[in-house]
Amino acid sequence: MSNVLVFIEQRDGKIRKASLEALTLGRTLAGKTGGTLAACVAGSGIGGLVPEIAAYGAAKVFVADAPELGAYSCEGYTAALDAAVTAFSPSILLVPATTMGKDVAPRLAARRKAGVLSDVMSLSVEGGRLVATRPVYSGKAQATVTPAAGAALQIATPRPNVFPAAKADAPGAGEAVPVSVAGAKIRAKVVKVEAAAAGELDVAEADKIVSGGRGIKGPENWPVLRALCHELGAALGASRAAVDAGWIDHSHQVGQTGKVVSPTLYVACGISGAIQHLAGMGSSKVIVAINKDPEAPIFKAATYGVVGDLFQIVPAMTEAAKKMKA
Amino acid sequence: MNHVVCIAYVPDTETKIRIGADGKSIDEADVKWIVSPYDEFALEEALKTKEAKGGTVTVVTYGPARADAGLRECLARGADEAVRVASEGTGEIDSLGVATILAGAVKALPHDVVWMGNKGVGTDAQLLVPMVAELLDLPHVSPVMKLEWGDGKITAHREIEGATEVVEAPLPAVIGAQKGLNEPRYASLKGIMAAKKKTIAVKQPADVGYDAAAGAAVSWTKLELPAARGAVKLIPADDPNKAAEELLRLLRDEAKVL
Repeated sequence: MSNVLVFIEQRDGKIRKASLEALTLGRTLAGKTGGTLAACVAGSGIGGLVPEIAAYGAAKVFVADAPELGAYSCEGYTAALDAAVTAFSPSILLVPATTMGKDVAPRLAARRKAGVLSDVMSLSVEGGRLVATRPVYSGKAQATVTPAAGAALQIATPRPNVFPAAKADAPGAGEAVPVSVAGAKIRAKVVKVEAAAAGELDVAEADKIVSGGRGIKGPENWPVLRALCHELGAALGASRAAVDAGWIDHSHQVGQTGKVVSPTLYVACGISGAIQHLAGMGSSKVIVAINKDPEAPIFKAATYGVVGDLFQIVPAMTEAAKKMKA
Repeated sequence: MNHVVCIAYVPDTETKIRIGADGKSIDEADVKWIVSPYDEFALEEALKTKEAKGGTVTVVTYGPARADAGLRECLARGADEAVRVASEGTGEIDSLGVATILAGAVKALPHDVVWMGNKGVGTDAQLLVPMVAELLDLPHVSPVMKLEWGDGKITAHREIEGATEVVEAPLPAVIGAQKGLNEPRYASLKGIMAAKKKTIAVKQPADVGYDAAAGAAVSWTKLELPAARGAVKLIPADDPNKAAEELLRLLRDEAKVL
């Protein structure tokens, strides 16, 4: 029997999708082992989130609701999760591998002297022990990893967009249990959040990505790709070449020194497919390559390819997508 | 202000990865090793800050003898001292073990700021910054794209999904560097010559409080190359409009992603 605790990431009182994916995964693991599923959420004035968490099967929801948790702090949110771990004694802890999760999980792990199966793409439990696969060397290889035998607390951070989120057939009891962070040392504090441009989706969270490389020729041509992004509901990505040329901010970069992404659809426009780029998007479900050069390595990674001028093909795709929706 | 920069010496991002004979680690033959790219941003920011405010920069790594070349590169760029905790004979180790070693090495050095890349490009676990900070009982901010110095504190801009968080933290603190923070310098010839004369202090894990007998908290049981993809389906592009319509139809009806 493995009791499973899931960390729920909320921002501005909204639960992030990656948390619902982790909760669904946690429910599967708890179900297989006959364990109980619980969740932990931290913030200020967030008690209203409990029913939504219960709908995904959580029997208990540990709620750290305090004014000092209104803004995110790794130390404050770690203290909240640590209190829930003490109260529930789970054998498995899942924390979504978002920027917040990748901040909180390792601090908690160091506090508890536990290991972390980081950024996992598959996760199962065998004889009470977690077994996961995760991309390493930026997706150029895949490692199977497992915690040490007899570990009191096994921690894994599931990669966003990989596991499905689904409500439970029967909701959990969702018993709210308050946990306190009184006395927690909170030193690094968020004093301000500057949102990205309105409507700008982040590649790390996106289900679809349209990406541009050297072939887009200059920053003045992003609108060609952005129009397709808009029609597909996709985020705008970029290759390292485009970022290093100063055409776009690094937050858009996909690849070994950028973000490693796993969307269902990745459209590479004018990207040759350097090994570092392939490492960052190779686990996408469907890859479309649009490039003038039929020898470009990107075609070896692609599901569908169009050898042609992106300045003709991409606008035509935008039009076709519009028609399809109509 | 004194700086400690923790670096990792990792396979070059251009390197092709081959699986080793044990089936759970990489084949290190023919691998070219580099200082992890994000660690270069960390070193650069430490050097810039030292130049502006005085103090020392010490680079620390955990690794085998080959990592000395990485430390020398950092010395050549302007770091004052270098420490390597030797990995030979430690056996299996995971991020928690490496964090324990790095934190132990940092503790013995004067440190107002501890710098690291926000992630490596090797095992990609991205766990070390918060782990080292926790083990040192320090606050941390990561990944940091922009940094301002205040009196005894820092204001750091941290990249999150679709937004930037502005974070204030008192010193000492641990900072995870992100691309965009700066443009790393190249070593000067003078720096390279000076670095050759410097001594790298080599310590053993036990010297910094790591008990190898405790074993790794996480083990790798298998390493594989990703499954090969099927052949690409090429769509004729003689007529861009027809090609686009066909492509979208395939994405909707065949791949079912629209």
